[in-house]
Amino acid sequence: MKNTILDIQNLEVFIDNKKIIKNLNLTIKENEIHVIMGPNGCGKSTFSKILAGHPSYTVSKGNILFFSKNLLNLSPEQRSHEGLFLAFQYPVEISGVTNYDFLRLAYNEKQKYLKKKEVTPLEFMELIEIHLNQLKIPSEFLNRDLNQGFSGGEKKRNEILQMLLLQPNLIILDELDSGLDMDAIKIICETIMKNFSSKTSIIVITHYPKILNYLTPDYIHIMREGKIIKTGYIDLIEILEKDGYEKFVE
Amino acid sequence: MNDSKKDQNFEINKVINQPYKYGFQTEIETEEFPSGINEDIIKLISLKKKEPNFLLNFRLKAYKKWKTMSAPEWANLTINPINYNDIIYYSIPKKKEKLSSLEEVDPEILKTFEKLGISLNEQKQLTNVAIDAVFDSVSIVTTFKEKLAKYGVIFCSISDAIKYYPILIKKYLGSVISSGDNFFAALNSSVFSDGSFCYIPQNVICPLELSTYFRINDKDAGQFERTLIIAEKNSSINYLEGCTAPQFSENQLHAAIVELIAFQNAKIKYSTVQNWYSGNNLGIGGIYNFVTKRGLCIGKNSHISWTQVETGSSITWKYPSCILLGEKSYGEFYSVALTNNFQQADTGTKMIHLGEKTKSKIISKGISCGQSKNCYRGLVKIASSAKFARNFSQCDSFLIGSTSIAATYPYLDINNSTGIIEHEAKISKVTEDQLFYLMQRGINVEQAVSLLISGFCKDVFTMLPMEFAAEADKLLALKLENTVG
Repeated sequence: MKNTILDIQNLEVFIDNKKIIKNLNLTIKENEIHVIMGPNGCGKSTFSKILAGHPSYTVSKGNILFFSKNLLNLSPEQRSHEGLFLAFQYPVEISGVTNYDFLRLAYNEKQKYLKKKEVTPLEFMELIEIHLNQLKIPSEFLNRDLNQGFSGGEKKRNEILQMLLLQPNLIILDELDSGLDMDAIKIICETIMKNFSSKTSIIVITHYPKILNYLTPDYIHIMREGKIIKTGYIDLIEILEKDGYEKFVE
Repeated sequence: MNDSKKDQNFEINKVINQPYKYGFQTEIETEEFPSGINEDIIKLISLKKKEPNFLLNFRLKAYKKWKTMSAPEWANLTINPINYNDIIYYSIPKKKEKLSSLEEVDPEILKTFEKLGISLNEQKQLTNVAIDAVFDSVSIVTTFKEKLAKYGVIFCSISDAIKYYPILIKKYLGSVISSGDNFFAALNSSVFSDGSFCYIPQNVICPLELSTYFRINDKDAGQFERTLIIAEKNSSINYLEGCTAPQFSENQLHAAIVELIAFQNAKIKYSTVQNWYSGNNLGIGGIYNFVTKRGLCIGKNSHISWTQVETGSSITWKYPSCILLGEKSYGEFYSVALTNNFQQADTGTKMIHLGEKTKSKIISKGISCGQSKNCYRGLVKIASSAKFARNFSQCDSFLIGSTSIAATYPYLDINNSTGIIEHEAKISKVTEDQLFYLMQRGINVEQAVSLLISGFCKDVFTMLPMEFAAEADKLLALKLENTVG
């Protein structure tokens, strides 16, 4: 039997006294790809930030188990070390901090957390080269400031580079396809699938079904007003493309 | 605000509220003059130091001027009234008249400097830095004097310089900053007790980095030191300055003067890491730091570069400036000023372009946290004689939290139309999105803030000499990180 990676029960979340997630239930087992779709403002991006521990949200009800740990008791950086990775829709730009310094710090922090040896700059160079090649990113990329002046495509590639480096178990792709042309989507999705192991799972958040040509989902969830209103298989996409989200409103 | 957000803000506060590491006081016997300032005290200082007459006259003239002046009020600072008669103007560790070697220095003082990470024992020094250590009103010891003398470089306390090189002192002391230049300069000129002197002869690239370490120990004494650096034709010198003080609930006054003179093709690079005690988290205590620093680029192609990292002091009032007289001379100013709690900083520079094709560059980074106030104040003046002058200024502010204040006052005074002036300014904040992004990648909040700040300061830190860059990074980390110490 497959192990459960994420188990969400009865989740209710507030921001500024406004209820934004209502009675949400979701179970994800290893080696599964779940897609969360829904119209703008349905709460799907919010959901990804809640999982990652964004401080603006208050969980008022429910439980989230990540492997066997209570996710809600973990700080954002602990969630990261435990294997949760969020590929941001809009990665932030940070000037003065090189991509290289940032990546090495992130990697070594995880090593420290796992009580493994931190890597030296040289060892890190060897390590990162492999991932750079896979994503067809030139190594000058490392000397640039973190996401500063990156094109939309470069930012997304950089997210995936971090994903490859940190080897998470649960990957949340928040609107991965926004700002990407078809070729870039293809390279990025192929890289993700190549590295998709039996120990990982993916949550794909999108409102654009094209990306699903490259990622083969196990489940599709339709979200509306902070609630999952329908769960099904890939065939839901066809209905969606024909009739839109209105079809699923009770 | 919900709980988790509160937690995070609390975290940031913890990060930027580090206790001061250098706040200890050394128990030593001192020889002090009675508090207060008047002609008799000044005469006594001069007599005590066995100064030549010209210097006593210099002091008395400055004092006369000072009496007619009042403290400047144009800075964006709130200063408690200072009673200049409560201050002790001369305080030295009680010891032999003349210190000829390290063995004669009070071991307590040596220990103090060891504790500060400054070894005055030449054998123990790892880096190629010669040090002049100033403790309250007096220079304790100057290291590597002999080695430097081989190159013709004079590096000693200003008191020794007055004694042994009176011609140089008479010629240059007060030549860049006149004794009545401003209120604090006049005060310093009348009561200065010690400081460093440095002379680099023609065609000499100084083989060591020279440095002065200032330590205020006495609770009631002010520190009034002055530094004079002269770089002759084709010479070059790297100068470093560091400062710390014990933690007292009273404010101490520090009013210093630094004068630099660069002749043709000479280069002076002057770097400061200022970490005076800044007062406690309620704004009580801390050093009042009123400093006049100015460099004169007198020769063609001369070059003066100021770099400062200002993290301490309750009040900082400081504008290291350059007078660009020589044709094609070049002035630079790189500054990082960090204020926290109730600290106030009004700092910046003046670039006075007088010669043709003179150039200047200003990079200022202000970081404000807590209830602090952090102002950049800078003047770029291009005289009518300064044809084809150029200036580039960049003044960035960084706010942490929402209760601090950052302000920028750039003044331009342009008197001919051939120059090119560029000015950039921006204000940034540590955003929740940036922190969240870094934390999502496993970087905790302390490291995240530290990373953002060192990124913000990078342009300035790269200008510091190697030894100092590490120290500055450590200092900021100390102020910013929870894990250190």
